[in-house]
Amino acid sequence: MGIAFKKRVAAPQLPSRSAYGDNRTGTHLPPRAGSLNGVIVPEQPGKNAIEVRGVRKVFGTGENQVAALDTVSVSIRENEFFTLLGPSGCGKTTLLRLIAGFDFPSAGEILLHGQDIAPLPPFKRPVNTVFQNYALFPHMTVAQNIGFGLEMLGKPKGEIEARVAQMLKLVKMEALKARRTSQISGGQQQRVALARALAPQPKVLLLDEPLSALDYKLRKEMQIELKRLQHETGITFIFVTHDQEEALTMSDRIAVMSAGKILQVGTPRDIYDRPAERFVADFIGETNFLAGTVMSKKPGMATVKFASNATIAAGYPEGFDPTGEVTLVVRPEHADLVPDPAKGTIAGTLSNIVYFGTDTHYHVRLDGGENFIVRHQNSRSSPATYETGAKVGIQFEEDAARVLKD
Amino acid sequence: MTTATLTPTMPSKAALFEAQAVKAGARRNRLLSLPALIIIGIFGVLPLLIICVYSFLVAAPYGGVQWQFSTDAYLNFLFQRDIFDDTLQFTPDFLIIYLRSFLFAVVTTIICLLLGFPTAYFMATRPPAQRNWWVLLITIPFWSNLLVRTLAIMFIIRDEGLINNALLALGVIDKPITMLYTNFAIQLGLLYAFLPFMVLPLYSSLEKLDFRLIEAAYDLYATRRQVLWRVIIPLSKPGIIAGCLLVFIPALGAYVTPLILGGGVHLMIGDLIAQQFGSGRNWPLGCAQALILMAAVLVALFFYVRNTSGKVQHG
Repeated sequence: MGIAFKKRVAAPQLPSRSAYGDNRTGTHLPPRAGSLNGVIVPEQPGKNAIEVRGVRKVFGTGENQVAALDTVSVSIRENEFFTLLGPSGCGKTTLLRLIAGFDFPSAGEILLHGQDIAPLPPFKRPVNTVFQNYALFPHMTVAQNIGFGLEMLGKPKGEIEARVAQMLKLVKMEALKARRTSQISGGQQQRVALARALAPQPKVLLLDEPLSALDYKLRKEMQIELKRLQHETGITFIFVTHDQEEALTMSDRIAVMSAGKILQVGTPRDIYDRPAERFVADFIGETNFLAGTVMSKKPGMATVKFASNATIAAGYPEGFDPTGEVTLVVRPEHADLVPDPAKGTIAGTLSNIVYFGTDTHYHVRLDGGENFIVRHQNSRSSPATYETGAKVGIQFEEDAARVLKD
Repeated sequence: MTTATLTPTMPSKAALFEAQAVKAGARRNRLLSLPALIIIGIFGVLPLLIICVYSFLVAAPYGGVQWQFSTDAYLNFLFQRDIFDDTLQFTPDFLIIYLRSFLFAVVTTIICLLLGFPTAYFMATRPPAQRNWWVLLITIPFWSNLLVRTLAIMFIIRDEGLINNALLALGVIDKPITMLYTNFAIQLGLLYAFLPFMVLPLYSSLEKLDFRLIEAAYDLYATRRQVLWRVIIPLSKPGIIAGCLLVFIPALGAYVTPLILGGGVHLMIGDLIAQQFGSGRNWPLGCAQALILMAAVLVALFFYVRNTSGKVQHG
């Protein structure tokens, strides 16, 4: 009994952090406590790195007042790759700027390991930012840029040099350390910006659409690079993006935002498979929307009838009570075509077949007039059995359909 | 076979056309720069040559020059020829005036920079729509003549002027403070006259500053003071250099301000040179003094630009 209890409170083993925890280099910092050069150092690391509580941010005054953030609360765990995802103007960058300290909330608090940092200026927060345009200092070299934060913290020269060398190695920029920031490419600038923000070992790293200026191939590379850096440094990353694919592939958890509110927080799989609202389903990935009527329901599962009189069991999110006319969502890959219209849950006419290489999209015009897309993954043996104009049926996988709030 | 004969002629034709086009372009460019070159030649180079020649001639008794080679003008700058035994005696009078002028110009430049930088920063951080109004306000003094503005300062600071009358009426002082015809008056006049020349280049430099860099510096633990010294000042260096040159050089040769506010008692270089062409009737000396000033400015400029641009390089 006693042993079991002890086991429960033992600190979880963190993965080794080769880039940081290497004591042999002699550059490792002693455990920080209290305040270092005025920068606060949280005393008791809690489970949550960042806790945003009821934060509101209003810009402008009087009639021109705009609430960029409308009472947002979210907890971001330690060592997490957390993404704020949403269309432009949804408030994701505002939230990031509040955490960084460039703006101050109109209401609410922001806790860093349990300590309210909302009133602190940026230079007193152990939080660093990778800016969208990188904001590298043009009058300094790559190495000087990376060392800037440490220098401002008043670290000894030898330590700064050692850490800068370490960071240069981490982002593979050793060869270009003496270059001006104007003499390196966009992707290299991106790496320098990352190294500069990571060098002071922040508790939390904020990334404001850092990949948006890169071309597709470089972006893919940097996505993997970012994941590697996050894993190696063990620092909590808060990543802002409007790119849903980027969010899905990189994040541990995602907060989907719209119009100053957080609509849903969850793992990429949660967000994709179990969207809480119509906006989330629509924003992330491709989705089919179908109109239906709720016939009966039990907790978490409703029976919905289509115009074609076919019925289907569909899940619905917690805290939502579907009644009457509702919208069903079905992901294109969670449905399948059947040649016999009578065998499908719903039926229609194939209006278009779009070949994508990895998969094929079948556009079906339903008998009720709606459009429905079925995605089918291609393989060498996939037969091209369907032709446009053919009558087809559509079958849903189990749990494929969900009833959502509009 | 045909292609072999064609290929050598084709590119040569094209090359000929291209060469002609390049030549025509060069000719057009020369033609366009001609007016500027003529103006610089007639109003810049030619007078300078005349000054050079005159400085090596002998003064005519009633102004003008006699065509006789002499280096007396340069000797007279530092030495005075004894009337009786014709020996040269060191007289630092002119040198003192030069040094004082340099001091005035340096102090003017420094104070203008200290006042101008916050002003320019304030202007550059206003919303874009407001900025032009601030620029307009800064340039308002240019709308009236410098002479008139200098006389206005005279009326403010003289013994029965605005300041003294106000202080007397308030009972702060019993007798007027003498400000006019002092070094203070000259310094005040110079600051007033040249402050806009500092603010405008600083503003144009600060306006281009990427303020996200300031955010980045704050984010990297720089305090407000560190942001100023490590980011804002290094990045506005071109404006600082331009502003300092635009203030220092004209301040060094200032004529009207020290003449009116210094009362002709505290001479500056400009007044000294003017004297040689007026009451002094020693044109060669005036020419030599002007050239010595120019040489001094060039040397100072050389070191200043070399030092400051070096600092920009090394962050």
